Amino acid sequence: MAIAVEKETLLDVRNLSVDYTAANGTVHAATNVSFTLKRGEILGLAGESGSGKSTLAYAVSRLLRPPAKIVGGEVIYYPRSRAAADAVHITEASSHLQHGKRPTDDLGETEPVDVLALTPTQLRAFRWSELSIVFQSAMNALNPVMNVGKQIMDVLKVHRPLMGPTSRKQRALELLKLVGIAPDRLNSYPHELSGGMRQRAVIAIALALSPEIIIMDEPTTALDVVVQREILTEIMRLREQLSFSVIFITHDLSLLLELADKIAIMYAGKLVETASRRDLYSHPRHPYSYGLLKSFPTINGPRRIMTGIPGSPPDLRNVPTGCAFHPRCPLAFDACRSIVPALQSSTSESPLQLVACHLYHRELSPEGPPSASDFAQKYQTLRTEREKAE
Amino acid sequence: MSVANQSVQPHEHTRPEEAILEAKHVRKLFPLRQARLFGPARAVHAVEDTSLALYPGHATALVGESGSGKTTVARLLARMYDLTSGTLYFRGNPVDLKSGTSLRAYRRHVQLVFQDPFSSLNPVHTVRYHLSRPLRVHGHAHTQVEETEQALALLRKVSLSPAEQFIEKFPHQLSGGQRQRVAIARALAAQPEVLLADEPVSMLDVSIRLDVLNLLLRLKEEEDLAILFITHDIASARYFAEDTLVMYAGQMVEGGPSDAVIQQPKHPYTQLLISAAPDPDRVTADGKSLTELPARGEIPSLITPPNGCRFHPRCPFVMPICSERFPKRTELGGGHWTNCFLYGDGDTNTEQKPVRSLTKSSSGLL
Repeated sequence: MAIAVEKETLLDVRNLSVDYTAANGTVHAATNVSFTLKRGEILGLAGESGSGKSTLAYAVSRLLRPPAKIVGGEVIYYPRSRAAADAVHITEASSHLQHGKRPTDDLGETEPVDVLALTPTQLRAFRWSELSIVFQSAMNALNPVMNVGKQIMDVLKVHRPLMGPTSRKQRALELLKLVGIAPDRLNSYPHELSGGMRQRAVIAIALALSPEIIIMDEPTTALDVVVQREILTEIMRLREQLSFSVIFITHDLSLLLELADKIAIMYAGKLVETASRRDLYSHPRHPYSYGLLKSFPTINGPRRIMTGIPGSPPDLRNVPTGCAFHPRCPLAFDACRSIVPALQSSTSESPLQLVACHLYHRELSPEGPPSASDFAQKYQTLRTEREKAE
Repeated sequence: MSVANQSVQPHEHTRPEEAILEAKHVRKLFPLRQARLFGPARAVHAVEDTSLALYPGHATALVGESGSGKTTVARLLARMYDLTSGTLYFRGNPVDLKSGTSLRAYRRHVQLVFQDPFSSLNPVHTVRYHLSRPLRVHGHAHTQVEETEQALALLRKVSLSPAEQFIEKFPHQLSGGQRQRVAIARALAAQPEVLLADEPVSMLDVSIRLDVLNLLLRLKEEEDLAILFITHDIASARYFAEDTLVMYAGQMVEGGPSDAVIQQPKHPYTQLLISAAPDPDRVTADGKSLTELPARGEIPSLITPPNGCRFHPRCPFVMPICSERFPKRTELGGGHWTNCFLYGDGDTNTEQKPVRSLTKSSSGLL
């Protein structure tokens, strides 16, 4: 997959693997993960805790520290060509946004860049100007003894040494306005802001240099539903306006179904399914995706006993052989225990929906792909068996 | 039989006649240090004039944003806090707790499960210790053999098997879902009639949540427990509880059967909560995502709360009277009620009573 690079591809992650070395065994936090991120796209990354979502995001931004180690793969970044970048600048009416834009020379014009091979200097230029991160807890991401304005201006000071203090302040005010914070909050300290405002401030800092990619690691998990909805609407609006791409990490699949263009489901360090949100919602292919989708109660429709996914995620030091999901899978058969499934096109109806499951492999599973009612039935059987065992 | 056709109506069964735990006109202020000497006394108005009733074998959900006073209500019911005013009734008798002994006797009937299983279990003690303490304290077990026997039975009850293995484990050896099961087993050790569950699943992974919710549903049936289920997730309130109460900034604004409250929300705040909840069906219906919310903003400061209905500064339908006083409870039929001037001002019933007794009186009226 992802061999033919299309024109609008922005980030191409190929076979990325990350290990954590520990005294009692190596943890394979991410194994052979491949995906592409297109310009202006929101890619949702979903999975349970410990499935390697955050590790993957940190690997892409090269933020991992020992004992984590990238043991294989590549991350290719395709910078916007100079002409295209200029065109965007003209459409962006604000002159300050141009101020914020990085001169593209640092990374060597418009050649594709291997992020994993960047030198520390290049990496500095790459981070924040091209790729920035919004962390989970805004409370910890902001410095409590510095006011919000100063934290924004700090970024500009370091990354745009040519910018004067006045234009820095102007840009900071503009950013606050952009994310919906009143400009008079410039001198407020984080503790004076509510949770939602803090998260907005963190987003403002991430936007300071108009990056192409923003990685959002559970940006709304600590927030209330109403505030969460406001932040999500804000992210969607900003994306329309500034056309950046987002990698949105969350364990809440129901959020992604509303927000993301494409969704990747992770289990035990591997991608098990990638699909557009519509495909995933109407016909999940992987038994795990099906289980996840059926794990949250809905507001509408008839109420019924829901099953969830029995069991718990595996210890990553000791991942089951074959498909890592097989001990919990209601449809597992012999091949699942020995052969590792590869991510491939699921059925001819939805060729862009990739799934790592033997059920869609013609030779291993001659009966053909399972239907939604098969999933429901098998999950139900598993549940009854479990109840009997109890 | 396929899951798709198997719908359950846990909400259909008849309501028990008598409330086991009832709160009437409960109010809680947390006094603050005075800003100035001789200045006005200040306090956080956490809960205002709240009434609710819990019934055996019946779950009641309490939903609202953080800071709306949900947890305070649970802690008042568990008597972790003293009431500023109002009364609690247990089996119809007022709860008057002066001594430590009577408090302990009360706790034997009313138990609390906390939100965070990572901090509610003591990291230096085994599961055995966590379960045997309440067994001893409440006098259910007198010898070590009895203790072990009952602890094992509790672990089996919460589906932690093999129980013999789990009993010797320390909290750090358990996953989040398993820890919450231990916390539930600990609450059950007292053999309570009322379980107050304060966001029992919000710290757990999505796939584990349903397991724990289904466990609580099963226990509700088996043990005939009255459950107060506190949550900010309105969808799981509908899944879990027969009745739902909506709270905003310390005031109860709407309540009634879960389906009525969630599918025909009346109070503007309930409508806001529901429109903010993620709902994949909404997207696939029109292909467009993320509709704008009808209201903005956050919960006001409870030290100087807005006058009248506390939702009025955010309310899209605000009227002059809303800032003058809090509306009386209006009956909407079928046990569904709201405190909002849009639907009247308590025309059908001028006296505020707990949910269920109103249900009965209103059905009598109808």
